[in-house]
Amino acid sequence: MSPPLDDAVHSAAQNIPLDRIDVSDPQLYQDDTWYPYFARLRRDDPVHYCPESRYGPYWAVTRYKDIMQVEVNHQVYSSASELGGIQIEDQPKDMDRPSFIRMDPPKHDDQRKVVSPVVAPANLANMEGVIRERTIRVLEGLPRGETFDWVDRVSVELTTMMLATLFDYPWDDRRQLTYWSDVAICNVNAPDSPVHSEEERFAELSRMAQALGKLFNERAAQPPKFDLLSMLAHGEATQGMPIREFMGTLALLIVGGNDTTRNTMTGGLMALNEHPAEYRKLRDDPALIPNAVSEIIRYVTPVIHMRRTAKEDTELGGKKIAKGDKVVIWYVSGNRDPDAIAEPDRLVVDRPRARQHLSFGFGIHRCVGNRLAELQLRILWEELLPRYPVVEVVGPPKRLYSNFIHGIRALPVRIPT
Amino acid sequence: MAKITYVEHGGREHRVEVPPGLSVMRGAVDNNIPGIDADCGGECACATCHVYVDETWLDRTGVPESGSQEASMLSFAALARPNSRLSCQIAVSDALDGLVVRLPEGQH
Repeated sequence: MSPPLDDAVHSAAQNIPLDRIDVSDPQLYQDDTWYPYFARLRRDDPVHYCPESRYGPYWAVTRYKDIMQVEVNHQVYSSASELGGIQIEDQPKDMDRPSFIRMDPPKHDDQRKVVSPVVAPANLANMEGVIRERTIRVLEGLPRGETFDWVDRVSVELTTMMLATLFDYPWDDRRQLTYWSDVAICNVNAPDSPVHSEEERFAELSRMAQALGKLFNERAAQPPKFDLLSMLAHGEATQGMPIREFMGTLALLIVGGNDTTRNTMTGGLMALNEHPAEYRKLRDDPALIPNAVSEIIRYVTPVIHMRRTAKEDTELGGKKIAKGDKVVIWYVSGNRDPDAIAEPDRLVVDRPRARQHLSFGFGIHRCVGNRLAELQLRILWEELLPRYPVVEVVGPPKRLYSNFIHGIRALPVRIPT
Repeated sequence: MAKITYVEHGGREHRVEVPPGLSVMRGAVDNNIPGIDADCGGECACATCHVYVDETWLDRTGVPESGSQEASMLSFAALARPNSRLSCQIAVSDALDGLVVRLPEGQH
């Protein structure tokens, strides 16, 4: 994921006037040319005001420690949907879809606690066997000696199965969940997006709410069980959600439950291909896998940014932030901050303190499913390495046009015969 | 130095000496005691250094103030109990010499 960029990109990033640096352009992530712009900002203007962008003016917070400061101060830095929510791009006012990630306490707390037991330790232990059995089945089905798409055959397949289990969704229709996930996060301006306007997105997500609403109603009438729809249907803080909040909550759980892990499964394989000595180290010592998983999650950084809105005048990194300002914390940058992480552009599978990355966020909005994500990734590498010591990346990835989800939509690979 | 005993979920005990001024979390991490992840490095931002304070020590460690960041983070931790603390928020002092903390089944 850090290919040698051509000199033109580096010198452009060095020479552009600071006030013209706008890291919100989704093209930077589709082209994978974001690195030098953030390196410049961390060095010259770590809390950076971008006066003009297609999303209006915003602050770009680029250093690990400043990002942490925003994360832990939810009293000042709000996630509320009414103020704009958690993405640099606001959802259209009449179509906004609140969910607990787009709320502040106390409502955030009440709703989050309804679903968090799905990933409690005992439940995770129960899931380990089924995840391993599926992983083995998917890996055993891969062809040798021919090029195939790792994303479709492995990353999407495994994470979609996980989603179907989490929602107890009809198995044969499970790719529908992945489709809605892609609809929920896509940039409607990208030519290859599944929908091309906010209206179209809203219509598709309404269909999702209808399909899952039917299951929700069935489960409301049954005794509680351990799937997300049943939990939402029986949770006091979630059972009576208005329709747009229901849509938002489903979208949150579906996207959070698959896309991030999906892209980390792909990004991890790419990263190990780019670092053959690390790939070898991992093969020679599988006990490093849990640490390598954390390191891969850092290196890949599946969520590019989160956005907050200042609820009062405040100060950050010596800059005066005004009430109402849009404050964007760039995880991709904090995870590459050399003041927090030594040699951050290298993947180091035995890196000390590898868990101390920003990819899951920190504070009250920290990723609910982080342990489940780690579990799936750990099992993937535990089962992959002994079967196929090397999976070769044989062509460039197809990256997503997005400044929010660090997505890889296709990756040609080959398992040597 | 204060002697602190960390009891793993499975029952294994680790008795180590921790210099006053460090946190109970740091004492575990510096001595490679398994079961404390401390993902945020001590910022009270992740709830992965969760411990149960032995009841006889609660009056000396105290409990998190209601409405505090620690109380808020702990409220999202799986398996929290009334004697739960985030060990990054317990400062070691001579008064805590002999402290016993137990580790939960998992850090979430």
